[in-house]
Amino acid sequence: MTRLELRDVRKNFGTLEVLSGISMTVDDGEFVSILGPSGAGKSTLLQLLTGAIAGEGEMRFDGAPLDDHGRHFAFMPQRDALMPWRRVIDNAALGLEVQGVRRRAARERVAPLFAEFGLAGFERAWPAELSGGMRQRAALLRTVVQRRDMLLLDEPFGALDALTRTAMQRWLEKMWASHRWTALLITHDVREAVLLSDRIYLLSARPARVVAEVAVPLPRPRTESAALAREAAAIEASILDTLLGAGRTEFPIV
Amino acid sequence: MLPAPSRVLAQAWENRAALADNTLPTIRATLAGFACSVVAAFVLSALVDFLPRLRRALFPILIASQTLPLVAIAPLVVLWFGFGLLPKILLVALVTFFPMMVALVEGYVSTSKEIAQMLAAMGAGRWRIFWLARLPSALPYFFAGLRISITYAVVGAIFAEYAGAAKGLGIYMLSAKNNFRPDLVLAAVAVSSALTLALFGLAVLVQRLAMPWERAGRDAKPEPTEEERP
Ligand SMILES: Nc1ncnc2c1ncn2[C@@H]1O[C@H](COP(=O)(O)OP(=O)(O)OP(=O)(O)O)[C@@H](O)[C@H]1O
Ligand SMILES: [Mg+2]
Repeated sequence: MTRLELRDVRKNFGTLEVLSGISMTVDDGEFVSILGPSGAGKSTLLQLLTGAIAGEGEMRFDGAPLDDHGRHFAFMPQRDALMPWRRVIDNAALGLEVQGVRRRAARERVAPLFAEFGLAGFERAWPAELSGGMRQRAALLRTVVQRRDMLLLDEPFGALDALTRTAMQRWLEKMWASHRWTALLITHDVREAVLLSDRIYLLSARPARVVAEVAVPLPRPRTESAALAREAAAIEASILDTLLGAGRTEFPIV
Repeated sequence: MLPAPSRVLAQAWENRAALADNTLPTIRATLAGFACSVVAAFVLSALVDFLPRLRRALFPILIASQTLPLVAIAPLVVLWFGFGLLPKILLVALVTFFPMMVALVEGYVSTSKEIAQMLAAMGAGRWRIFWLARLPSALPYFFAGLRISITYAVVGAIFAEYAGAAKGLGIYMLSAKNNFRPDLVLAAVAVSSALTLALFGLAVLVQRLAMPWERAGRDAKPEPTEEERP
Protein backbone atom coordinates (compact mmCIF):
# COMPACT_ATOMS: atom_id res chain seq x y z
CA MET A 1 0.00 0.00 0.00
CA THR A 2 1.42 3.36 -1.01
CA ARG A 3 1.51 5.83 1.83
CA LEU A 4 3.56 8.77 0.62
CA GLU A 5 3.43 9.81 -2.98
CA LEU A 6 5.24 12.75 -4.57
CA ARG A 7 4.55 13.77 -8.13
CA ASP A 8 6.70 16.30 -9.94
CA VAL A 9 7.60 18.27 -6.81
CA ARG A 10 9.49 21.45 -7.57
CA LYS A 11 11.08 24.16 -5.48
CA ASN A 12 12.93 27.33 -6.35
CA PHE A 13 14.55 29.73 -3.92
CA GLY A 14 14.25 32.94 -5.92
CA THR A 15 16.14 32.21 -9.11
CA LEU A 16 17.90 29.18 -7.59
CA GLU A 17 16.23 26.01 -8.86
CA VAL A 18 16.68 23.40 -6.13
CA LEU A 19 14.20 20.61 -6.87
CA SER A 20 13.32 20.08 -10.50
CA GLY A 21 10.48 17.62 -10.53
CA ILE A 22 10.84 14.90 -7.90
CA SER A 23 8.49 11.92 -8.06
CA MET A 24 8.63 9.07 -5.59
CA THR A 25 6.56 6.78 -3.40
CA VAL A 26 6.98 5.16 -0.01
CA ASP A 27 4.92 2.08 0.85
CA ASP A 28 3.60 1.03 4.21
CA GLY A 29 6.35 -0.42 6.37
CA GLU A 30 8.94 0.37 3.76
CA PHE A 31 12.34 1.90 4.40
CA VAL A 32 13.25 4.24 1.57
CA SER A 33 16.42 6.28 1.26
CA ILE A 34 17.24 9.34 -0.74
CA LEU A 35 20.86 9.40 -1.75
CA GLY A 36 22.29 12.53 -3.24
CA PRO A 37 25.24 14.88 -3.16
CA SER A 38 25.61 17.69 -0.66
CA GLY A 39 23.55 20.72 -1.54
CA ALA A 40 21.28 18.78 -3.89
CA GLY A 41 18.14 19.78 -2.05
CA LYS A 42 17.50 16.76 0.16
CA SER A 43 16.78 18.74 3.31
CA THR A 44 14.64 21.07 1.22
CA LEU A 45 12.49 18.11 0.22
CA LEU A 46 11.88 17.24 3.87
CA GLN A 47 11.04 20.86 4.63
CA LEU A 48 8.37 20.65 1.93
CA LEU A 49 7.00 17.49 3.52
CA THR A 50 6.84 18.95 7.02
CA GLY A 51 5.25 22.10 5.68
CA ALA A 52 8.08 24.41 6.75
CA ILE A 53 8.20 25.78 3.22
CA ALA A 54 5.83 25.66 0.26
CA GLY A 55 6.62 24.37 -3.22
CA GLU A 56 4.89 23.21 -6.36
CA GLY A 57 3.75 19.78 -7.38
CA GLU A 58 1.63 17.11 -5.81
CA MET A 59 2.27 15.54 -2.40
CA ARG A 60 -0.16 12.92 -1.14
CA PHE A 61 -0.34 10.81 1.97
CA ASP A 62 -2.68 7.81 1.99
CA GLY A 63 -4.17 9.28 -1.18
CA ALA A 64 -5.11 12.62 0.37
CA PRO A 65 -3.23 15.83 -0.41
CA LEU A 66 -0.67 16.74 2.23
CA ASP A 67 -1.77 19.84 4.02
CA ASP A 68 -1.63 20.90 7.60
CA HIS A 69 -4.66 18.93 8.69
CA GLY A 70 -3.41 15.69 10.20
CA ARG A 71 0.30 15.41 10.90
CA HIS A 72 1.81 12.34 9.38
CA PHE A 73 5.50 12.77 9.96
CA ALA A 74 7.92 12.51 12.82
CA PHE A 75 10.87 14.55 11.71
CA MET A 76 14.49 14.22 12.79
CA PRO A 77 16.49 17.24 11.63
CA GLN A 78 19.97 17.05 10.17
CA ARG A 79 21.67 18.09 13.37
CA ASP A 80 20.26 16.36 16.43
CA ALA A 81 18.43 19.52 17.57
CA LEU A 82 18.44 18.39 21.20
CA MET A 83 17.53 21.26 23.49
CA PRO A 84 20.55 21.88 25.76
CA TRP A 85 18.25 23.17 28.48
CA ARG A 86 16.18 19.99 28.73
CA ARG A 87 17.32 16.78 30.33
CA VAL A 88 17.59 13.83 27.97
CA ILE A 89 14.28 12.37 29.11
CA ASP A 90 12.50 15.68 28.56
CA ASN A 91 14.08 16.00 25.15
CA ALA A 92 12.83 12.54 24.30
CA ALA A 93 9.37 13.45 25.56
CA LEU A 94 9.23 16.76 23.70
CA GLY A 95 7.02 15.57 20.86
CA LEU A 96 4.51 14.07 23.28
CA GLU A 97 4.43 17.30 25.27
CA VAL A 98 3.73 19.27 22.12
CA GLN A 99 0.93 16.82 21.40
CA GLY A 100 -0.58 17.83 24.72
CA VAL A 101 0.57 14.98 26.97
CA ARG A 102 1.41 16.13 30.52
CA ARG A 103 5.12 16.19 31.27
CA ARG A 104 4.83 13.47 33.94
CA ALA A 105 2.86 11.18 31.66
CA ALA A 106 5.15 11.89 28.72
CA ARG A 107 8.18 10.95 30.81
CA GLU A 108 6.52 7.74 31.87
CA ARG A 109 5.90 6.85 28.28
CA VAL A 110 9.46 7.42 27.06
CA ALA A 111 11.33 6.04 30.08
CA PRO A 112 10.83 2.33 29.24
CA LEU A 113 12.43 2.90 25.82
CA PHE A 114 15.74 4.18 27.15
CA ALA A 115 17.29 0.73 27.46
CA GLU A 116 16.44 -0.20 23.90
CA PHE A 117 18.03 3.00 22.69
CA GLY A 118 21.20 2.44 24.69
CA LEU A 119 20.49 5.38 26.96
CA ALA A 120 19.61 3.62 30.21
CA GLY A 121 20.91 5.58 33.18
CA PHE A 122 21.12 8.83 31.20
CA GLU A 123 17.51 9.90 31.65
CA ARG A 124 18.46 12.80 33.93
CA ALA A 125 21.62 13.78 32.07
CA TRP A 126 21.92 16.97 30.05
CA PRO A 127 22.45 16.57 26.30
CA ALA A 128 25.91 18.13 26.70
CA GLU A 129 26.89 15.12 28.79
CA LEU A 130 26.18 12.67 25.98
CA SER A 131 28.53 11.44 23.28
CA GLY A 132 27.72 12.03 19.63
CA GLY A 133 26.19 8.60 19.09
CA MET A 134 24.09 8.87 22.23
CA ARG A 135 22.80 12.24 21.13
CA GLN A 136 21.69 10.78 17.83
CA ARG A 137 19.94 7.90 19.60
CA ALA A 138 18.21 10.36 21.90
CA ALA A 139 17.09 12.38 18.88
CA LEU A 140 15.84 9.22 17.22
CA LEU A 141 14.00 8.23 20.38
CA ARG A 142 12.35 11.64 20.45
CA THR A 143 11.32 11.05 16.85
CA VAL A 144 9.87 7.55 17.11
CA VAL A 145 7.89 8.07 20.34
CA GLN A 146 5.69 10.53 18.50
CA ARG A 147 4.05 7.51 16.85
CA ARG A 148 3.42 9.26 13.59
CA ASP A 149 2.65 7.40 10.38
CA MET A 150 6.12 7.88 9.01
CA LEU A 151 9.66 8.82 10.03
CA LEU A 152 11.62 11.47 8.16
CA LEU A 153 15.30 11.15 9.02
CA ASP A 154 17.70 13.77 7.67
CA GLU A 155 21.24 12.35 7.69
CA PRO A 156 20.93 11.05 11.24
CA PHE A 157 24.51 9.80 11.36
CA GLY A 158 26.18 12.31 9.08
CA ALA A 159 28.08 14.06 11.85
CA LEU A 160 29.47 10.94 13.54
CA ASP A 161 32.91 9.40 13.23
CA ALA A 162 33.15 6.38 10.94
CA LEU A 163 33.21 3.74 13.67
CA THR A 164 30.31 5.21 15.61
CA ARG A 165 28.38 5.66 12.40
CA THR A 166 28.77 2.00 11.46
CA ALA A 167 27.69 0.95 14.95
CA MET A 168 24.67 3.21 14.73
CA GLN A 169 23.70 1.90 11.30
CA ARG A 170 23.75 -1.67 12.54
CA TRP A 171 21.77 -0.66 15.57
CA LEU A 172 19.16 1.12 13.44
CA GLU A 173 18.93 -1.92 11.18
CA LYS A 174 18.07 -4.04 14.21
CA MET A 175 15.64 -1.47 15.54
CA TRP A 176 13.88 -1.24 12.23
CA ALA A 177 13.62 -5.00 11.94
CA SER A 178 11.64 -5.14 15.18
CA HIS A 179 9.51 -2.01 14.63
CA ARG A 180 8.98 -1.85 10.86
CA TRP A 181 8.57 1.88 10.76
CA THR A 182 7.63 3.45 7.46
CA ALA A 183 10.67 5.61 6.95
CA LEU A 184 12.29 8.03 4.56
CA LEU A 185 16.02 8.39 5.23
CA ILE A 186 18.21 11.04 3.72
CA THR A 187 21.87 10.29 3.43
CA HIS A 188 24.93 10.70 1.30
CA ASP A 189 26.48 7.50 2.58
CA VAL A 190 26.01 4.78 -0.07
CA ARG A 191 26.76 1.94 2.33
CA GLU A 192 24.25 3.25 4.85
CA ALA A 193 21.56 3.44 2.18
CA VAL A 194 22.19 -0.13 1.01
CA LEU A 195 22.35 -1.52 4.54
CA LEU A 196 19.07 0.03 5.65
CA SER A 197 16.80 0.49 2.65
CA ASP A 198 14.24 -1.46 0.73
CA ARG A 199 14.54 1.06 -2.08
CA ILE A 200 16.88 3.95 -2.82
CA TYR A 201 16.25 7.03 -4.91
CA LEU A 202 19.38 8.55 -6.37
CA LEU A 203 19.27 12.30 -6.80
CA SER A 204 21.36 14.42 -9.15
CA ALA A 205 23.21 17.50 -8.00
CA ARG A 206 21.18 20.70 -7.82
CA PRO A 207 18.70 21.15 -9.41
CA ALA A 208 17.79 17.73 -8.04
CA ARG A 209 15.90 15.17 -10.02
CA VAL A 210 15.68 11.41 -9.56
CA VAL A 211 18.39 9.80 -11.69
CA ALA A 212 17.65 6.23 -10.68
CA GLU A 213 15.58 4.09 -8.38
CA VAL A 214 17.42 1.12 -6.92
CA ALA A 215 15.70 -1.81 -5.22
CA VAL A 216 17.68 -3.58 -2.52
CA PRO A 217 16.19 -7.09 -2.41
CA LEU A 218 18.58 -8.44 0.23
CA PRO A 219 17.26 -10.36 3.23
CA ARG A 220 17.69 -8.88 6.69
CA PRO A 221 19.69 -8.61 8.82
CA ARG A 222 22.25 -7.62 6.25
CA THR A 223 25.33 -7.61 8.39
CA GLU A 224 25.13 -11.34 9.16
CA SER A 225 26.99 -13.23 6.44
CA ALA A 226 29.89 -12.70 4.10
CA ALA A 227 27.76 -13.68 1.11
CA LEU A 228 25.28 -10.92 1.90
CA ALA A 229 28.08 -8.44 2.37
CA ARG A 230 29.35 -9.26 -1.14
CA GLU A 231 25.92 -8.76 -2.67
CA ALA A 232 25.57 -5.48 -0.83
CA ALA A 233 28.99 -4.39 -2.09
CA ALA A 234 27.91 -5.13 -5.66
CA ILE A 235 24.83 -2.91 -5.26
CA GLU A 236 26.97 -0.19 -3.72
CA ALA A 237 29.33 -0.35 -6.69
CA SER A 238 26.52 -0.05 -9.20
CA ILE A 239 25.07 2.91 -7.31
CA LEU A 240 28.44 4.65 -7.32
CA ASP A 241 28.72 3.96 -11.05
CA THR A 242 25.34 5.55 -11.62
CA LEU A 243 26.21 8.56 -9.51
CA LEU A 244 29.76 9.16 -10.70
CA GLY A 245 30.03 7.25 -13.96
CA ALA A 246 29.55 7.81 -17.68
CA GLY A 247 29.59 11.46 -18.56
CA ARG A 248 27.93 12.78 -15.42
CA THR A 249 30.42 15.57 -15.26
CA GLU A 250 28.04 17.87 -13.42
CA PHE A 251 28.19 15.46 -10.52
CA PRO A 252 30.54 16.47 -7.72
CA ILE A 253 32.09 14.00 -5.34
CA VAL A 254 29.45 12.65 -3.00
CA MET B 1 44.25 66.23 48.24
CA LEU B 2 43.47 62.57 48.18
CA PRO B 3 42.80 61.14 51.61
CA ALA B 4 44.76 58.03 52.57
CA PRO B 5 42.91 54.73 52.24
CA SER B 6 43.40 54.11 55.94
CA ARG B 7 41.62 57.35 56.73
CA VAL B 8 38.80 56.50 54.32
CA LEU B 9 38.38 53.12 56.02
CA ALA B 10 38.49 54.59 59.50
CA GLN B 11 35.96 57.25 58.61
CA ALA B 12 33.74 54.71 56.86
CA TRP B 13 33.72 52.67 60.06
CA GLU B 14 33.03 55.69 62.21
CA ASN B 15 30.14 56.76 59.97
CA ARG B 16 28.87 53.26 59.37
CA ALA B 17 25.42 54.01 60.72
CA ALA B 18 24.94 56.96 58.38
CA LEU B 19 26.43 55.02 55.47
CA ALA B 20 24.15 52.05 56.03
CA ASP B 21 21.21 54.38 56.45
CA ASN B 22 21.98 55.87 53.04
CA THR B 23 22.86 52.58 51.34
CA LEU B 24 19.48 50.95 51.93
CA PRO B 25 17.51 53.47 49.84
CA THR B 26 20.05 53.07 47.05
CA ILE B 27 19.65 49.30 47.12
CA ARG B 28 15.90 49.71 47.12
CA ALA B 29 15.97 52.10 44.16
CA THR B 30 18.42 49.92 42.25
CA LEU B 31 16.47 46.71 42.71
CA ALA B 32 13.04 48.24 42.17
CA GLY B 33 14.16 50.12 39.05
CA PHE B 34 15.98 47.12 37.72
CA ALA B 35 13.07 44.78 38.35
CA CYS B 36 10.73 47.15 36.49
CA SER B 37 13.19 47.37 33.65
CA VAL B 38 13.57 43.57 33.36
CA VAL B 39 9.81 43.03 33.40
CA ALA B 40 9.27 45.75 30.81
CA ALA B 41 12.10 44.44 28.65
CA PHE B 42 10.65 40.94 28.83
CA VAL B 43 7.13 41.98 27.90
CA LEU B 44 8.19 44.34 25.15
CA SER B 45 10.80 41.99 23.70
CA ALA B 46 8.24 39.19 23.51
CA LEU B 47 5.81 41.54 21.81
CA VAL B 48 8.48 42.65 19.37
CA ASP B 49 9.35 39.01 18.69
CA PHE B 50 5.80 38.36 17.57
CA LEU B 51 5.47 41.65 15.67
CA PRO B 52 8.67 42.39 13.75
CA ARG B 53 7.14 45.57 12.37
CA LEU B 54 6.79 46.92 15.88
CA ARG B 55 10.47 46.19 16.36
CA ARG B 56 11.46 48.35 13.41
CA ALA B 57 9.29 51.17 14.72
CA LEU B 58 10.44 50.86 18.31
CA PHE B 59 14.18 50.41 18.09
CA PRO B 60 15.04 53.90 16.82
CA ILE B 61 13.11 55.38 19.73
CA LEU B 62 14.89 53.10 22.20
CA ILE B 63 18.28 53.91 20.74
CA ALA B 64 17.46 57.62 20.94
CA SER B 65 16.52 57.13 24.61
CA GLN B 66 20.04 55.82 25.21
CA THR B 67 21.61 59.03 23.96
CA LEU B 68 19.84 61.16 26.58
CA PRO B 69 22.62 62.42 28.86
CA LEU B 70 21.89 61.30 32.40
CA VAL B 71 23.32 64.55 33.77
CA ALA B 72 20.66 66.52 31.97
CA ILE B 73 17.76 64.16 32.39
CA ALA B 74 18.19 63.25 36.08
CA PRO B 75 17.35 66.72 37.50
CA LEU B 76 14.36 66.98 35.17
CA VAL B 77 12.96 63.63 36.25
CA VAL B 78 13.42 64.60 39.89
CA LEU B 79 11.75 67.92 39.18
CA TRP B 80 8.75 66.19 37.63
CA PHE B 81 8.37 63.28 40.02
CA GLY B 82 9.75 64.58 43.32
CA PHE B 83 12.24 63.19 45.80
CA GLY B 84 10.52 59.83 46.24
CA LEU B 85 11.24 56.40 44.83
CA LEU B 86 9.52 56.90 41.49
CA PRO B 87 12.10 59.15 39.74
CA LYS B 88 14.88 56.76 40.83
CA ILE B 89 13.02 53.79 39.46
CA LEU B 90 12.50 55.64 36.21
CA LEU B 91 16.15 56.61 35.85
CA VAL B 92 17.46 53.15 36.72
CA ALA B 93 14.99 51.68 34.23
CA LEU B 94 16.05 54.21 31.61
CA VAL B 95 19.69 53.15 31.73
CA THR B 96 19.10 49.41 32.06
CA PHE B 97 16.09 48.81 29.86
CA PHE B 98 17.77 49.04 26.49
CA PRO B 99 20.62 46.57 27.12
CA MET B 100 18.10 44.09 28.55
CA MET B 101 15.79 44.55 25.60
CA VAL B 102 18.56 44.11 23.03
CA ALA B 103 19.90 41.05 24.85
CA LEU B 104 16.48 39.38 24.88
CA VAL B 105 15.64 40.17 21.26
CA GLU B 106 19.04 38.90 20.09
CA GLY B 107 18.57 35.84 22.26
CA TYR B 108 15.27 34.96 20.63
CA VAL B 109 16.83 35.34 17.21
CA SER B 110 19.64 32.98 18.20
CA THR B 111 17.18 30.06 18.38
CA SER B 112 18.40 27.17 16.26
CA LYS B 113 16.45 26.98 13.02
CA GLU B 114 16.41 23.23 13.25
CA ILE B 115 14.81 23.22 16.67
CA ALA B 116 12.14 25.66 15.51
CA GLN B 117 11.46 23.66 12.39
CA MET B 118 11.27 20.43 14.34
CA LEU B 119 8.81 21.94 16.82
CA ALA B 120 6.66 23.20 13.96
CA ALA B 121 6.71 19.70 12.44
CA MET B 122 5.58 18.35 15.81
CA GLY B 123 2.58 20.64 15.59
CA ALA B 124 3.70 23.46 17.88
CA GLY B 125 2.26 26.90 17.15
CA ARG B 126 4.00 30.23 17.27
CA TRP B 127 3.42 30.75 21.00
CA ARG B 128 4.47 27.22 21.86
CA ILE B 129 7.69 27.62 19.92
CA PHE B 130 8.37 30.87 21.73
CA TRP B 131 7.86 29.25 25.11
CA LEU B 132 9.67 25.97 24.40
CA ALA B 133 12.56 27.21 22.29
CA ARG B 134 12.95 30.94 21.80
CA LEU B 135 12.76 31.90 25.45
CA PRO B 136 15.22 29.27 26.73
CA SER B 137 17.55 30.06 23.82
CA ALA B 138 17.60 33.67 25.00
CA LEU B 139 18.66 32.80 28.56
CA PRO B 140 22.44 33.11 28.06
CA TYR B 141 21.90 36.46 26.32
CA PHE B 142 19.53 37.53 29.05
CA PHE B 143 22.08 36.84 31.75
CA ALA B 144 24.88 38.52 29.82
CA GLY B 145 22.65 41.58 29.57
CA LEU B 146 21.74 41.24 33.24
CA ARG B 147 25.37 41.26 34.37
CA ILE B 148 26.13 44.34 32.29
CA SER B 149 23.07 46.37 33.17
CA ILE B 150 23.10 45.59 36.91
CA THR B 151 26.29 47.66 37.04
CA TYR B 152 24.59 50.50 35.18
CA ALA B 153 21.67 50.22 37.56
CA VAL B 154 23.70 51.22 40.63
CA VAL B 155 25.22 54.17 38.80
CA GLY B 156 21.76 55.18 37.60
CA ALA B 157 20.35 55.10 41.11
CA ILE B 158 23.22 57.14 42.53
CA PHE B 159 22.85 59.69 39.76
CA ALA B 160 19.15 60.00 40.48
CA GLU B 161 19.87 60.56 44.17
CA TYR B 162 22.57 63.05 43.34
CA ALA B 163 19.94 65.08 41.51
CA GLY B 164 17.77 65.13 44.58
CA ALA B 165 16.76 62.73 47.31
CA ALA B 166 16.02 62.61 51.00
CA LYS B 167 18.45 59.73 51.53
CA GLY B 168 20.77 57.61 49.47
CA LEU B 169 24.42 57.16 48.56
CA GLY B 170 24.12 59.80 45.86
CA ILE B 171 22.86 62.52 48.13
CA TYR B 172 25.33 61.39 50.80
CA MET B 173 28.20 61.88 48.37
CA LEU B 174 26.88 65.29 47.43
CA SER B 175 26.61 66.52 50.99
CA ALA B 176 30.00 65.02 51.92
CA LYS B 177 31.50 66.88 48.99
CA ASN B 178 29.81 70.11 50.02
CA ASN B 179 31.16 69.63 53.54
CA PHE B 180 34.70 69.21 52.17
CA ARG B 181 34.88 65.57 53.29
CA PRO B 182 36.52 63.74 50.35
CA ASP B 183 37.16 60.82 52.70
CA LEU B 184 33.44 60.31 53.16
CA VAL B 185 32.83 60.73 49.42
CA LEU B 186 35.33 57.93 48.84
CA ALA B 187 33.81 55.83 51.58
CA ALA B 188 30.45 56.12 49.81
CA VAL B 189 32.12 55.29 46.52
CA ALA B 190 33.61 52.18 48.12
CA VAL B 191 30.21 51.17 49.39
CA SER B 192 28.64 51.64 45.96
CA SER B 193 31.43 49.58 44.36
CA ALA B 194 30.89 46.83 46.88
CA LEU B 195 27.19 46.99 46.16
CA THR B 196 27.78 46.68 42.41
CA LEU B 197 30.10 43.74 42.95
CA ALA B 198 27.61 42.04 45.21
CA LEU B 199 24.80 42.48 42.69
CA PHE B 200 27.02 41.22 39.91
CA GLY B 201 27.85 38.16 41.99
CA LEU B 202 24.19 37.66 42.68
CA ALA B 203 23.47 37.75 38.94
CA VAL B 204 26.13 35.11 38.34
CA LEU B 205 24.66 32.97 41.10
CA VAL B 206 21.14 33.26 39.73
CA GLN B 207 22.43 32.34 36.29
CA ARG B 208 24.07 29.22 37.68
CA LEU B 209 20.86 28.18 39.35
CA ALA B 210 18.73 28.99 36.32
CA MET B 211 20.98 27.28 33.79
CA PRO B 212 22.37 24.12 35.39
CA TRP B 213 23.01 22.58 31.96
CA GLU B 214 25.68 25.17 31.24
CA ARG B 215 28.02 23.75 33.83
CA ALA B 216 27.25 20.22 32.71
CA GLY B 217 28.32 21.21 29.21
CA ARG B 218 31.57 22.69 30.41
CA ASP B 219 32.53 19.84 32.70
CA ALA B 220 31.50 16.95 30.49
CA LYS B 221 33.99 15.47 28.09
CA PRO B 222 32.08 13.39 25.56
CA GLU B 223 33.59 9.93 25.74
CA PRO B 224 33.11 8.36 22.34
CA THR B 225 34.34 4.85 23.06
CA GLU B 226 32.56 2.52 25.47
CA GLU B 227 29.11 4.15 25.51
CA GLU B 228 29.17 4.33 21.77
CA ARG B 229 28.50 0.72 20.98
CA PRO B 230 24.89 -0.04 21.63
N1 LIG C 1 15.76 29.00 2.83
C1 LIG C 1 16.58 28.97 1.77
N2 LIG C 1 16.75 30.07 1.00
C2 LIG C 1 17.58 30.05 -0.06
N3 LIG C 1 18.29 28.99 -0.46
C3 LIG C 1 18.15 27.86 0.25
C4 LIG C 1 17.30 27.79 1.40
N4 LIG C 1 17.37 26.54 1.91
C5 LIG C 1 18.23 25.88 1.12
N5 LIG C 1 18.69 26.66 0.13
C6 LIG C 1 19.61 26.24 -0.93
O1 LIG C 1 19.10 25.09 -1.53
C7 LIG C 1 20.13 24.19 -1.83
C8 LIG C 1 19.81 22.83 -1.26
O2 LIG C 1 19.89 22.88 0.15
P1 LIG C 1 19.59 21.62 1.06
O3 LIG C 1 19.84 22.01 2.45
O4 LIG C 1 18.27 21.08 0.72
O5 LIG C 1 20.73 20.63 0.56
P2 LIG C 1 21.03 19.14 1.05
O6 LIG C 1 20.84 18.24 -0.12
O7 LIG C 1 20.24 18.83 2.27
O8 LIG C 1 22.57 19.23 1.39
P3 LIG C 1 23.40 18.50 2.58
O9 LIG C 1 23.61 17.10 2.16
O10 LIG C 1 24.68 19.26 2.60
O11 LIG C 1 22.61 18.63 3.81
C9 LIG C 1 21.41 24.79 -1.31
O12 LIG C 1 22.11 25.35 -2.40
C10 LIG C 1 20.96 25.87 -0.39
O13 LIG C 1 21.83 26.95 -0.41
MG1 LIG D 1 20.68 18.54 4.22
